[in-house]
Amino acid sequence: MGRTIIEKILSAKSGQEAYAGDIVVAAVDYVMGQDGTAPLAIRAFNDMGGTAVFNRSSVAFVIDHSAPSPNEGVSALHKLMREFAGNCGFCLHDIGTGVCHQVLPESGEVGPGYLIIGADSHTCTYGALNAFSTGVGSTDLAGGMISGQMWFKVPETIKFVCSGVLPAGVYSKDLILHLIGDVTADGATYMSTEYVGEAIEAMSQEARFTMSNMAIEMGAKAGLMEADEKTFAWLRRFTTREFTPVTADHDAVYARVREYDVTKLEPQVARPHRVDNVAPVSREAGKTIHQAVIGTCTNGRLEDLRIAAGILGGRKIHRDVRLIVAPASRRVFLDAMAEGIIQLLVEAGAALVTPGCGPCVGTHNGVPADNETVISTANRNFKGRMGNSSAEIYLASPATVAASALTGKITDPREFL
Amino acid sequence: MQFNGRAHKFGDDVNTDYIISGKYKFKTLDMKKLAKHVMEDLDPHFYEKVAAGDFIVAGTNFGCGSSREQAPLAIKYAGVGAVLAKSFARIFYRNAINTGLPVVECDTDQLEQGDELYVDLTAGVITNRTKGITIPAKPLPTVMIKILNDGGLAPHFKKHGGFNL
Ligand code: SF4
Repeated sequence: MGRTIIEKILSAKSGQEAYAGDIVVAAVDYVMGQDGTAPLAIRAFNDMGGTAVFNRSSVAFVIDHSAPSPNEGVSALHKLMREFAGNCGFCLHDIGTGVCHQVLPESGEVGPGYLIIGADSHTCTYGALNAFSTGVGSTDLAGGMISGQMWFKVPETIKFVCSGVLPAGVYSKDLILHLIGDVTADGATYMSTEYVGEAIEAMSQEARFTMSNMAIEMGAKAGLMEADEKTFAWLRRFTTREFTPVTADHDAVYARVREYDVTKLEPQVARPHRVDNVAPVSREAGKTIHQAVIGTCTNGRLEDLRIAAGILGGRKIHRDVRLIVAPASRRVFLDAMAEGIIQLLVEAGAALVTPGCGPCVGTHNGVPADNETVISTANRNFKGRMGNSSAEIYLASPATVAASALTGKITDPREFL
Repeated sequence: MQFNGRAHKFGDDVNTDYIISGKYKFKTLDMKKLAKHVMEDLDPHFYEKVAAGDFIVAGTNFGCGSSREQAPLAIKYAGVGAVLAKSFARIFYRNAINTGLPVVECDTDQLEQGDELYVDLTAGVITNRTKGITIPAKPLPTVMIKILNDGGLAPHFKKHGGFNL
Protein backbone atom coordinates (compact mmCIF):
# COMPACT_ATOMS: atom_id res chain seq x y z
CA MET A 1 0.00 0.00 0.00
CA GLY A 2 1.37 3.42 -0.96
CA ARG A 3 2.31 5.92 1.68
CA THR A 4 2.08 9.69 2.18
CA ILE A 5 5.10 11.82 3.08
CA ILE A 6 4.28 11.76 6.78
CA GLU A 7 3.68 8.00 6.80
CA LYS A 8 7.13 7.54 5.25
CA ILE A 9 8.92 9.84 7.67
CA LEU A 10 7.23 8.32 10.72
CA SER A 11 7.99 4.82 9.41
CA ALA A 12 11.67 5.67 8.99
CA LYS A 13 11.91 7.29 12.40
CA SER A 14 10.02 4.59 14.31
CA GLY A 15 11.52 1.59 12.53
CA GLN A 16 8.13 0.11 11.66
CA GLU A 17 5.75 0.27 8.69
CA ALA A 18 3.46 3.04 9.85
CA TYR A 19 0.11 4.02 8.38
CA ALA A 20 -2.53 6.56 9.38
CA GLY A 21 -4.10 5.60 12.69
CA ASP A 22 -1.05 3.75 14.08
CA ILE A 23 0.59 5.00 17.26
CA VAL A 24 4.39 5.04 17.11
CA VAL A 25 7.28 6.13 19.30
CA ALA A 26 9.69 7.87 16.92
CA ALA A 27 13.23 9.24 17.15
CA VAL A 28 13.39 13.01 16.73
CA ASP A 29 16.22 14.74 14.86
CA TYR A 30 15.88 18.14 16.46
CA VAL A 31 14.11 19.71 19.43
CA MET A 32 13.39 23.43 19.86
CA GLY A 33 11.89 25.65 22.56
CA GLN A 34 11.24 29.40 22.68
CA ASP A 35 10.89 31.86 25.55
CA GLY A 36 7.13 31.40 25.90
CA THR A 37 7.40 27.62 26.31
CA ALA A 38 10.96 26.70 27.38
CA PRO A 39 10.69 27.89 31.01
CA LEU A 40 7.83 25.46 31.69
CA ALA A 41 9.76 22.75 29.83
CA ILE A 42 12.72 23.28 32.15
CA ARG A 43 10.39 22.74 35.10
CA ALA A 44 8.99 19.57 33.48
CA PHE A 45 12.55 18.41 32.67
CA ASN A 46 13.40 18.65 36.37
CA ASP A 47 10.11 17.01 37.42
CA MET A 48 10.94 14.11 35.09
CA GLY A 49 14.27 13.64 36.82
CA GLY A 50 16.19 14.76 33.71
CA THR A 51 19.93 15.27 34.09
CA ALA A 52 21.13 15.74 30.50
CA VAL A 53 19.75 16.27 27.00
CA PHE A 54 19.86 13.30 24.63
CA ASN A 55 22.21 15.06 22.21
CA ARG A 56 23.65 18.52 22.75
CA SER A 57 23.85 19.34 19.06
CA SER A 58 20.18 18.47 18.46
CA VAL A 59 18.56 20.87 20.93
CA ALA A 60 18.19 24.65 20.80
CA PHE A 61 16.35 27.43 22.61
CA VAL A 62 15.43 30.68 20.88
CA ILE A 63 14.60 33.91 22.71
CA ASP A 64 12.26 35.63 20.27
CA HIS A 65 8.78 36.15 21.69
CA SER A 66 9.59 38.93 24.16
CA ALA A 67 13.01 40.02 23.01
CA PRO A 68 14.60 42.17 24.36
CA SER A 69 12.80 41.59 27.64
CA PRO A 70 10.08 44.17 28.39
CA ASN A 71 9.89 43.57 32.17
CA GLU A 72 11.53 41.85 35.14
CA GLY A 73 9.27 38.78 35.03
CA VAL A 74 10.35 38.00 31.46
CA SER A 75 13.99 38.82 32.29
CA ALA A 76 13.97 36.18 35.02
CA LEU A 77 12.61 33.57 32.60
CA HIS A 78 15.21 34.49 29.96
CA LYS A 79 17.93 34.13 32.57
CA LEU A 80 16.58 30.70 33.55
CA MET A 81 16.78 29.63 29.87
CA ARG A 82 20.34 30.91 29.44
CA GLU A 83 21.54 29.13 32.56
CA PHE A 84 19.80 25.89 31.67
CA ALA A 85 21.13 25.85 28.09
CA GLY A 86 24.60 26.74 29.40
CA ASN A 87 24.56 23.95 31.99
CA CYS A 88 23.31 21.36 29.49
CA GLY A 89 25.71 22.61 26.82
CA PHE A 90 23.27 23.19 23.96
CA CYS A 91 22.73 26.18 21.71
CA LEU A 92 20.73 29.24 22.78
CA HIS A 93 19.89 31.82 20.12
CA ASP A 94 19.63 35.01 22.13
CA ILE A 95 17.68 38.23 21.46
CA GLY A 96 18.08 39.68 18.00
CA THR A 97 18.86 36.38 16.26
CA GLY A 98 15.28 36.21 15.04
CA VAL A 99 12.02 34.27 15.12
CA CYS A 100 12.62 30.60 15.91
CA HIS A 101 11.01 29.46 12.63
CA GLN A 102 13.45 31.50 10.60
CA VAL A 103 16.44 30.86 12.86
CA LEU A 104 16.12 27.07 12.76
CA PRO A 105 16.07 26.68 8.94
CA GLU A 106 18.91 29.22 8.69
CA SER A 107 20.94 27.24 11.24
CA GLY A 108 21.18 24.43 8.69
CA GLU A 109 19.99 21.94 11.31
CA VAL A 110 16.71 20.96 9.62
CA GLY A 111 15.95 19.65 6.17
CA PRO A 112 14.23 17.02 4.03
CA GLY A 113 13.22 13.81 5.78
CA TYR A 114 13.91 15.14 9.27
CA LEU A 115 11.56 14.89 12.23
CA ILE A 116 11.53 18.01 14.39
CA ILE A 117 9.46 18.91 17.42
CA GLY A 118 9.24 22.48 18.61
CA ALA A 119 7.38 23.92 21.54
CA ASP A 120 5.65 26.43 19.30
CA SER A 121 2.57 25.80 17.22
CA HIS A 122 4.10 27.18 14.01
CA THR A 123 6.89 24.60 14.00
CA CYS A 124 4.99 23.17 11.00
CA THR A 125 6.82 25.87 8.96
CA TYR A 126 9.71 23.52 8.00
CA GLY A 127 7.25 21.31 6.15
CA ALA A 128 8.22 23.57 3.25
CA LEU A 129 11.67 21.95 3.50
CA ASN A 130 10.10 18.48 3.25
CA ALA A 131 10.56 17.86 6.99
CA PHE A 132 7.90 16.60 9.38
CA SER A 133 8.04 19.29 12.00
CA THR A 134 5.27 19.88 14.45
CA GLY A 135 4.32 21.93 17.47
CA VAL A 136 4.15 20.40 20.93
CA GLY A 137 3.77 21.70 24.46
CA SER A 138 6.39 22.16 27.14
CA THR A 139 6.06 18.71 28.74
CA ASP A 140 6.43 16.96 25.37
CA LEU A 141 9.44 19.21 24.72
CA ALA A 142 10.99 18.12 28.03
CA GLY A 143 10.36 14.45 27.20
CA GLY A 144 11.98 15.01 23.78
CA MET A 145 15.00 16.77 25.26
CA ILE A 146 15.65 13.88 27.64
CA SER A 147 14.84 10.89 25.45
CA GLY A 148 15.20 12.10 21.85
CA GLN A 149 11.84 10.46 21.28
CA MET A 150 8.18 11.33 21.07
CA TRP A 151 4.96 9.37 20.59
CA PHE A 152 2.76 10.18 17.59
CA LYS A 153 -0.53 9.10 16.19
CA VAL A 154 0.20 8.81 12.47
CA PRO A 155 -2.21 11.28 10.85
CA GLU A 156 -4.30 11.06 7.73
CA THR A 157 -3.41 13.58 5.03
CA ILE A 158 -5.36 16.13 3.02
CA LYS A 159 -3.74 16.90 -0.33
CA PHE A 160 -4.08 20.40 -1.81
CA VAL A 161 -3.48 20.48 -5.55
CA CYS A 162 -2.89 24.07 -6.67
CA SER A 163 -2.77 24.61 -10.42
CA GLY A 164 -2.43 27.74 -12.54
CA VAL A 165 -0.28 30.83 -12.14
CA LEU A 166 -0.74 33.39 -9.35
CA PRO A 167 -1.62 36.80 -10.87
CA ALA A 168 0.57 39.87 -10.23
CA GLY A 169 -0.01 41.29 -6.73
CA VAL A 170 -1.25 37.93 -5.42
CA TYR A 171 1.10 35.89 -3.25
CA SER A 172 1.44 32.63 -1.34
CA LYS A 173 -0.11 34.39 1.70
CA ASP A 174 -3.25 35.08 -0.30
CA LEU A 175 -3.40 31.47 -1.41
CA ILE A 176 -3.00 30.00 2.07
CA LEU A 177 -5.60 32.42 3.49
CA HIS A 178 -7.95 31.31 0.73
CA LEU A 179 -7.36 27.61 1.54
CA ILE A 180 -7.92 28.19 5.27
CA GLY A 181 -11.13 30.12 4.58
CA ASP A 182 -12.24 27.20 2.46
CA VAL A 183 -11.46 24.27 4.79
CA THR A 184 -12.04 26.30 8.03
CA ALA A 185 -10.03 26.57 11.24
CA ASP A 186 -10.59 22.96 12.24
CA GLY A 187 -10.89 21.44 8.77
CA ALA A 188 -7.61 19.54 9.11
CA THR A 189 -7.52 18.85 12.86
CA TYR A 190 -5.41 15.77 13.76
CA MET A 191 -4.35 15.60 10.07
CA SER A 192 -1.32 16.31 7.93
CA THR A 193 -1.47 18.34 4.72
CA GLU A 194 0.51 18.14 1.47
CA TYR A 195 0.71 21.00 -1.03
CA VAL A 196 1.43 20.12 -4.64
CA GLY A 197 0.86 21.46 -8.15
CA GLU A 198 2.37 23.97 -10.53
CA ALA A 199 1.47 26.99 -8.36
CA ILE A 200 3.54 25.52 -5.52
CA GLU A 201 6.39 24.54 -7.85
CA ALA A 202 6.52 28.10 -9.20
CA MET A 203 6.87 29.61 -5.72
CA SER A 204 10.19 30.66 -4.25
CA GLN A 205 11.34 28.71 -1.20
CA GLU A 206 10.55 31.76 0.97
CA ALA A 207 6.98 31.95 -0.34
CA ARG A 208 6.56 28.24 0.40
CA PHE A 209 7.45 28.73 4.07
CA THR A 210 4.42 31.04 4.38
CA MET A 211 2.12 28.24 3.18
CA SER A 212 3.50 25.60 5.54
CA ASN A 213 3.62 28.07 8.44
CA MET A 214 -0.16 28.46 8.38
CA ALA A 215 -1.08 24.75 8.17
CA ILE A 216 -1.80 24.89 11.91
CA GLU A 217 -4.47 27.53 11.24
CA MET A 218 -6.61 24.75 9.78
CA GLY A 219 -5.72 22.56 12.74
CA ALA A 220 -3.11 20.49 10.86
CA LYS A 221 -0.16 18.69 12.41
CA ALA A 222 2.05 19.35 9.38
CA GLY A 223 2.13 21.26 6.08
CA LEU A 224 4.38 19.22 3.83
CA MET A 225 5.88 19.85 0.41
CA GLU A 226 8.23 17.81 -1.74
CA ALA A 227 11.81 19.01 -2.07
CA ASP A 228 13.05 20.28 -5.44
CA GLU A 229 16.05 22.18 -6.82
CA LYS A 230 14.84 25.40 -5.15
CA THR A 231 14.70 23.66 -1.78
CA PHE A 232 18.27 22.39 -2.15
CA ALA A 233 19.56 25.70 -3.47
CA TRP A 234 18.09 27.40 -0.41
CA LEU A 235 19.56 24.82 1.97
CA ARG A 236 23.01 25.05 0.40
CA ARG A 237 23.27 28.65 1.60
CA PHE A 238 23.22 27.41 5.17
CA THR A 239 24.61 23.87 5.30
CA THR A 240 26.70 21.25 3.54
CA ARG A 241 24.69 18.47 5.15
CA GLU A 242 23.25 15.78 2.84
CA PHE A 243 19.53 15.15 3.02
CA THR A 244 17.36 12.39 1.61
CA PRO A 245 14.12 13.85 0.27
CA VAL A 246 10.84 12.03 0.83
CA THR A 247 8.13 11.81 -1.82
CA ALA A 248 4.59 10.53 -1.54
CA ASP A 249 3.82 7.29 -3.41
CA HIS A 250 1.54 7.68 -6.42
CA ASP A 251 -0.90 5.27 -4.78
CA ALA A 252 -0.74 6.88 -1.33
CA VAL A 253 -4.10 7.07 0.42
CA TYR A 254 -5.47 10.53 1.21
CA ALA A 255 -8.39 11.46 3.46
CA ARG A 256 -9.32 14.11 0.90
CA VAL A 257 -7.89 15.74 -2.21
CA ARG A 258 -8.85 19.35 -2.88
CA GLU A 259 -8.13 21.12 -6.15
CA TYR A 260 -7.71 24.84 -6.69
CA ASP A 261 -7.03 26.94 -9.77
CA VAL A 262 -5.15 30.02 -8.57
CA THR A 263 -5.34 31.91 -11.87
CA LYS A 264 -8.18 34.20 -10.81
CA LEU A 265 -7.31 34.49 -7.13
CA GLU A 266 -7.50 38.02 -5.71
CA PRO A 267 -5.53 39.39 -2.74
CA GLN A 268 -7.20 38.11 0.45
CA VAL A 269 -7.66 39.27 4.05
CA ALA A 270 -8.63 37.37 7.19
CA ARG A 271 -11.06 39.52 9.13
CA PRO A 272 -11.42 39.77 12.93
CA HIS A 273 -11.37 37.59 15.00
CA ARG A 274 -10.87 34.36 13.07
CA VAL A 275 -8.18 33.26 10.64
CA ASP A 276 -10.80 31.45 8.55
CA ASN A 277 -12.98 34.57 8.24
CA VAL A 278 -11.44 35.22 4.82
CA ALA A 279 -12.60 37.54 2.03
CA PRO A 280 -11.07 39.22 -1.03
CA VAL A 281 -9.38 42.53 -0.10
CA SER A 282 -11.82 44.33 -2.38
CA ARG A 283 -14.67 43.52 0.00
CA GLU A 284 -12.95 45.18 2.99
CA ALA A 285 -11.25 48.00 1.07
CA GLY A 286 -11.69 51.44 2.65
CA LYS A 287 -11.71 50.28 6.28
CA THR A 288 -9.57 52.71 8.34
CA ILE A 289 -6.44 51.25 9.96
CA HIS A 290 -4.24 52.63 12.74
CA GLN A 291 -1.30 50.24 12.75
CA ALA A 292 0.36 48.12 10.07
CA VAL A 293 2.78 45.29 10.86
CA ILE A 294 5.22 43.61 8.47
CA GLY A 295 7.17 40.68 9.93
CA THR A 296 6.65 37.45 11.94
CA CYS A 297 7.44 33.85 11.09
CA THR A 298 4.77 34.02 8.38
CA ASN A 299 6.00 36.99 6.33
CA GLY A 300 9.15 38.59 7.74
CA ARG A 301 11.60 37.16 5.20
CA LEU A 302 13.79 39.01 2.70
CA GLU A 303 11.35 38.53 -0.16
CA ASP A 304 8.50 39.91 1.99
CA LEU A 305 10.49 43.02 2.92
CA ARG A 306 11.48 43.43 -0.74
CA ILE A 307 7.84 43.30 -1.84
CA ALA A 308 6.87 45.84 0.83
CA ALA A 309 9.74 48.15 -0.14
CA GLY A 310 8.65 47.92 -3.77
CA ILE A 311 5.38 49.57 -2.76
CA LEU A 312 6.63 51.86 0.01
CA GLY A 313 9.89 52.99 -1.62
CA GLY A 314 9.85 56.71 -2.51
CA ARG A 315 6.47 57.20 -0.81
CA LYS A 316 5.39 58.13 2.72
CA ILE A 317 3.00 56.20 4.92
CA HIS A 318 -0.29 57.88 5.89
CA ARG A 319 0.17 60.35 8.77
CA ASP A 320 -2.37 58.54 10.97
CA VAL A 321 -0.73 55.12 10.59
CA ARG A 322 2.14 53.51 12.52
CA LEU A 323 4.09 51.01 10.43
CA ILE A 324 6.13 48.47 12.42
CA VAL A 325 8.64 46.28 10.60
CA ALA A 326 10.31 43.30 12.31
CA PRO A 327 12.74 41.34 10.09
CA ALA A 328 12.38 37.61 10.76
CA SER A 329 16.07 37.21 11.57
CA ARG A 330 19.39 38.99 11.87
CA ARG A 331 20.38 37.34 8.57
CA VAL A 332 17.25 38.77 6.90
CA PHE A 333 17.95 42.19 8.47
CA LEU A 334 21.54 42.20 7.16
CA ASP A 335 20.51 41.04 3.67
CA ALA A 336 17.77 43.68 3.56
CA MET A 337 20.27 46.36 4.60
CA ALA A 338 22.71 45.27 1.92
CA GLU A 339 19.96 45.55 -0.68
CA GLY A 340 18.92 49.02 0.48
CA ILE A 341 15.48 47.76 1.51
CA ILE A 342 15.75 48.94 5.12
CA GLN A 343 16.66 52.44 3.92
CA LEU A 344 13.53 52.58 1.75
CA LEU A 345 11.26 51.29 4.53
CA VAL A 346 12.60 53.69 7.16
CA GLU A 347 12.43 56.66 4.77
CA ALA A 348 8.80 55.75 4.10
CA GLY A 349 8.13 56.06 7.84
CA ALA A 350 8.54 52.52 9.19
CA ALA A 351 9.58 51.90 12.79
CA LEU A 352 12.08 49.00 12.79
CA VAL A 353 12.08 46.65 15.77
CA THR A 354 14.44 43.85 16.82
CA PRO A 355 14.40 40.71 14.63
CA GLY A 356 12.02 38.35 16.44
CA CYS A 357 8.28 38.02 16.94
CA GLY A 358 7.76 41.78 17.25
CA PRO A 359 4.20 42.79 18.18
CA CYS A 360 2.68 39.47 16.97
CA VAL A 361 1.74 38.04 20.35
CA GLY A 362 1.01 41.13 22.41
CA THR A 363 3.93 41.22 24.80
CA HIS A 364 5.66 44.35 23.49
CA ASN A 365 6.72 46.31 20.40
CA GLY A 366 3.34 47.83 19.50
CA VAL A 367 0.29 46.87 21.53
CA PRO A 368 -2.72 48.59 19.89
CA ALA A 369 -4.97 51.03 21.81
CA ASP A 370 -8.65 50.34 22.55
CA ASN A 371 -10.82 49.94 19.45
CA GLU A 372 -7.92 50.39 17.04
CA THR A 373 -7.61 48.43 13.81
CA VAL A 374 -4.40 46.67 12.83
CA ILE A 375 -3.44 45.07 9.52
CA SER A 376 -0.63 42.55 9.87
CA THR A 377 1.29 39.96 7.89
CA ALA A 378 1.07 37.55 10.86
CA ASN A 379 -0.86 34.30 11.03
CA ARG A 380 -3.37 34.91 13.86
CA ASN A 381 -6.01 37.56 14.46
CA PHE A 382 -7.67 36.16 17.57
CA LYS A 383 -9.32 38.65 19.88
CA GLY A 384 -6.67 39.95 22.28
CA ARG A 385 -3.84 38.41 20.26
CA MET A 386 -1.81 41.61 20.11
CA GLY A 387 -2.44 42.42 23.76
CA ASN A 388 -5.69 44.38 23.54
CA SER A 389 -8.97 42.50 23.29
CA SER A 390 -10.86 45.51 21.92
CA ALA A 391 -8.52 45.89 18.94
CA GLU A 392 -9.37 44.38 15.56
CA ILE A 393 -6.73 42.54 13.53
CA TYR A 394 -6.78 41.88 9.79
CA LEU A 395 -4.25 39.50 8.21
CA ALA A 396 -2.89 39.99 4.71
CA SER A 397 0.17 39.74 2.46
CA PRO A 398 3.13 42.13 2.84
CA ALA A 399 1.96 43.91 -0.34
CA THR A 400 -1.54 44.50 1.02
CA VAL A 401 -0.19 45.68 4.38
CA ALA A 402 2.26 48.06 2.67
CA ALA A 403 -0.43 49.49 0.39
CA SER A 404 -2.77 49.93 3.37
CA ALA A 405 -0.04 51.74 5.34
CA LEU A 406 0.22 54.27 2.51
CA THR A 407 -3.48 55.07 2.30
CA GLY A 408 -4.50 54.57 5.94
CA LYS A 409 -7.23 52.22 4.74
CA ILE A 410 -7.37 48.57 3.75
CA THR A 411 -6.17 48.73 0.16
CA ASP A 412 -5.78 46.37 -2.78
CA PRO A 413 -2.01 46.35 -3.47
CA ARG A 414 -2.58 46.09 -7.21
CA GLU A 415 -3.28 49.86 -7.16
CA PHE A 416 0.45 50.36 -6.47
CA LEU A 417 2.05 47.85 -8.82
CA MET B 1 -11.88 8.56 37.28
CA GLN B 2 -15.15 10.22 38.34
CA PHE B 3 -16.08 13.87 38.74
CA ASN B 4 -19.05 15.85 40.02
CA GLY B 5 -19.64 19.51 39.23
CA ARG B 6 -21.47 22.19 37.33
CA ALA B 7 -21.16 23.04 33.65
CA HIS B 8 -19.70 26.35 32.46
CA LYS B 9 -20.65 26.64 28.83
CA PHE B 10 -18.58 28.16 26.02
CA GLY B 11 -18.88 28.10 22.22
CA ASP B 12 -16.79 26.76 19.32
CA ASP B 13 -13.12 27.56 18.61
CA VAL B 14 -12.13 28.69 22.11
CA ASN B 15 -8.48 29.46 21.35
CA THR B 16 -5.47 29.48 23.66
CA ASP B 17 -5.38 33.30 23.64
CA TYR B 18 -8.87 33.28 25.19
CA ILE B 19 -7.90 30.60 27.69
CA ILE B 20 -4.86 32.53 28.85
CA SER B 21 -3.71 35.67 27.09
CA GLY B 22 -0.10 35.86 25.88
CA LYS B 23 0.32 39.07 27.85
CA TYR B 24 0.17 37.10 31.12
CA LYS B 25 1.83 33.84 30.24
CA PHE B 26 5.18 35.33 29.40
CA LYS B 27 5.52 36.96 32.80
CA THR B 28 5.47 34.14 35.31
CA LEU B 29 5.68 30.44 35.99
CA ASP B 30 3.27 30.80 38.91
CA MET B 31 0.22 28.93 37.61
CA LYS B 32 -1.94 30.06 40.54
CA LYS B 33 -1.44 33.65 39.40
CA LEU B 34 -2.15 32.77 35.77
CA ALA B 35 -5.29 30.86 36.76
CA LYS B 36 -6.91 34.11 37.95
CA HIS B 37 -6.98 35.28 34.31
CA VAL B 38 -8.27 32.07 32.77
CA MET B 39 -10.99 32.66 30.12
CA GLU B 40 -11.17 36.33 31.08
CA ASP B 41 -11.60 37.71 27.55
CA LEU B 42 -14.72 35.53 27.19
CA ASP B 43 -16.03 35.83 30.76
CA PRO B 44 -14.22 38.32 33.05
CA HIS B 45 -15.67 36.66 36.19
CA PHE B 46 -15.05 33.03 35.27
CA TYR B 47 -12.36 32.49 37.91
CA GLU B 48 -14.65 33.71 40.71
CA LYS B 49 -17.58 31.62 39.50
CA VAL B 50 -15.85 28.29 39.04
CA ALA B 51 -15.91 25.86 41.98
CA ALA B 52 -13.43 23.01 42.45
CA GLY B 53 -14.39 20.08 40.21
CA ASP B 54 -16.59 22.11 37.84
CA PHE B 55 -16.46 21.49 34.10
CA ILE B 56 -15.71 23.64 31.11
CA VAL B 57 -18.17 22.58 28.40
CA ALA B 58 -17.53 23.74 24.83
CA GLY B 59 -18.24 23.14 21.16
CA THR B 60 -15.76 22.18 18.45
CA ASN B 61 -12.00 22.83 18.20
CA PHE B 62 -11.42 23.70 21.87
CA GLY B 63 -7.87 24.96 22.54
CA CYS B 64 -6.92 25.89 18.98
CA GLY B 65 -4.01 28.25 18.46
CA SER B 66 -0.76 28.29 20.34
CA SER B 67 1.19 25.44 21.91
CA ARG B 68 1.17 27.18 25.29
CA GLU B 69 0.89 24.59 28.02
CA GLN B 70 -0.10 27.41 30.31
CA ALA B 71 -3.59 26.96 28.79
CA PRO B 72 -4.44 23.53 30.28
CA LEU B 73 -2.42 24.38 33.41
CA ALA B 74 -4.34 27.61 34.05
CA ILE B 75 -7.61 25.66 33.64
CA LYS B 76 -6.39 22.98 36.02
CA TYR B 77 -5.16 25.47 38.62
CA ALA B 78 -8.50 27.31 38.46
CA GLY B 79 -9.95 24.09 39.89
CA VAL B 80 -11.66 22.77 36.75
CA GLY B 81 -12.08 18.98 36.94
CA ALA B 82 -12.28 18.25 33.21
CA VAL B 83 -13.00 19.87 29.86
CA LEU B 84 -15.87 18.44 27.81
CA ALA B 85 -16.01 19.45 24.14
CA LYS B 86 -17.20 18.20 20.77
CA SER B 87 -13.59 18.24 19.54
CA PHE B 88 -10.19 19.54 20.60
CA ALA B 89 -7.23 21.08 18.79
CA ARG B 90 -4.48 18.49 18.80
CA ILE B 91 -1.69 20.33 20.65
CA PHE B 92 -4.08 21.36 23.42
CA TYR B 93 -5.33 17.79 23.66
CA ARG B 94 -1.79 16.41 24.08
CA ASN B 95 -0.87 19.14 26.53
CA ALA B 96 -3.95 18.48 28.65
CA ILE B 97 -3.13 14.77 28.92
CA ASN B 98 0.55 15.53 29.54
CA THR B 99 -0.30 17.88 32.40
CA GLY B 100 -2.95 15.60 33.86
CA LEU B 101 -6.08 17.56 32.88
CA PRO B 102 -8.82 15.14 31.71
CA VAL B 103 -10.36 16.02 28.34
CA VAL B 104 -13.54 14.37 27.14
CA GLU B 105 -14.85 14.30 23.57
CA CYS B 106 -18.65 14.12 23.54
CA ASP B 107 -21.78 15.74 22.13
CA THR B 108 -22.18 18.81 24.34
CA ASP B 109 -25.43 20.13 22.84
CA GLN B 110 -27.51 18.87 25.74
CA LEU B 111 -25.24 20.27 28.45
CA GLU B 112 -26.15 23.79 29.47
CA GLN B 113 -24.78 26.52 31.69
CA GLY B 114 -25.21 25.54 35.34
CA ASP B 115 -26.25 21.90 34.71
CA GLU B 116 -25.14 19.45 37.40
CA LEU B 117 -22.98 16.76 35.79
CA TYR B 118 -21.49 13.46 36.84
CA VAL B 119 -18.64 12.33 34.60
CA ASP B 120 -17.33 8.77 34.71
CA LEU B 121 -14.23 8.74 32.50
CA THR B 122 -13.52 5.06 32.99
CA ALA B 123 -17.01 4.01 31.93
CA GLY B 124 -17.16 6.75 29.28
CA VAL B 125 -20.51 8.11 30.49
CA ILE B 126 -21.69 11.62 31.33
CA THR B 127 -24.84 12.01 33.41
CA ASN B 128 -26.67 15.32 33.25
CA ARG B 129 -28.42 15.26 36.64
CA THR B 130 -30.29 18.49 35.99
CA LYS B 131 -31.88 17.10 32.84
CA GLY B 132 -31.92 13.44 33.89
CA ILE B 133 -30.13 12.18 30.76
CA THR B 134 -26.90 10.32 29.98
CA ILE B 135 -24.50 10.99 27.11
CA PRO B 136 -21.75 8.67 25.86
CA ALA B 137 -18.15 9.94 25.85
CA LYS B 138 -15.49 8.89 23.31
CA PRO B 139 -13.03 6.56 25.09
CA LEU B 140 -9.45 7.79 25.40
CA PRO B 141 -6.71 5.85 23.55
CA THR B 142 -4.75 3.50 25.82
CA VAL B 143 -1.56 5.57 25.48
CA MET B 144 -3.34 8.56 26.97
CA ILE B 145 -4.97 6.61 29.78
CA LYS B 146 -1.53 5.33 30.79
CA ILE B 147 -0.15 8.89 30.92
CA LEU B 148 -3.23 10.25 32.72
CA ASN B 149 -3.16 7.43 35.26
CA ASP B 150 0.44 8.31 36.10
CA GLY B 151 -0.69 11.93 36.66
CA GLY B 152 0.80 13.33 33.44
CA LEU B 153 3.89 12.83 31.28
CA ALA B 154 6.38 14.16 33.85
CA PRO B 155 5.39 11.66 36.58
CA HIS B 156 5.18 8.99 33.83
CA PHE B 157 8.81 9.67 32.84
CA LYS B 158 9.93 9.79 36.43
CA LYS B 159 8.25 6.48 37.18
CA HIS B 160 9.42 4.58 34.08
CA GLY B 161 12.61 6.47 33.15
CA GLY B 162 11.22 7.25 29.69
CA PHE B 163 8.25 6.32 27.51
CA ASN B 164 6.50 3.18 28.65
CA LEU B 165 3.50 3.10 26.35
S1 SF4 C 1 6.09 35.48 15.01
FE1 SF4 C 1 4.12 35.25 16.03
S2 SF4 C 1 3.31 33.33 15.29
FE2 SF4 C 1 5.49 33.34 14.78
S3 SF4 C 1 6.50 32.29 16.46
FE3 SF4 C 1 6.49 34.47 16.94
S4 SF4 C 1 4.63 34.82 18.17
FE4 SF4 C 1 4.42 32.83 17.14
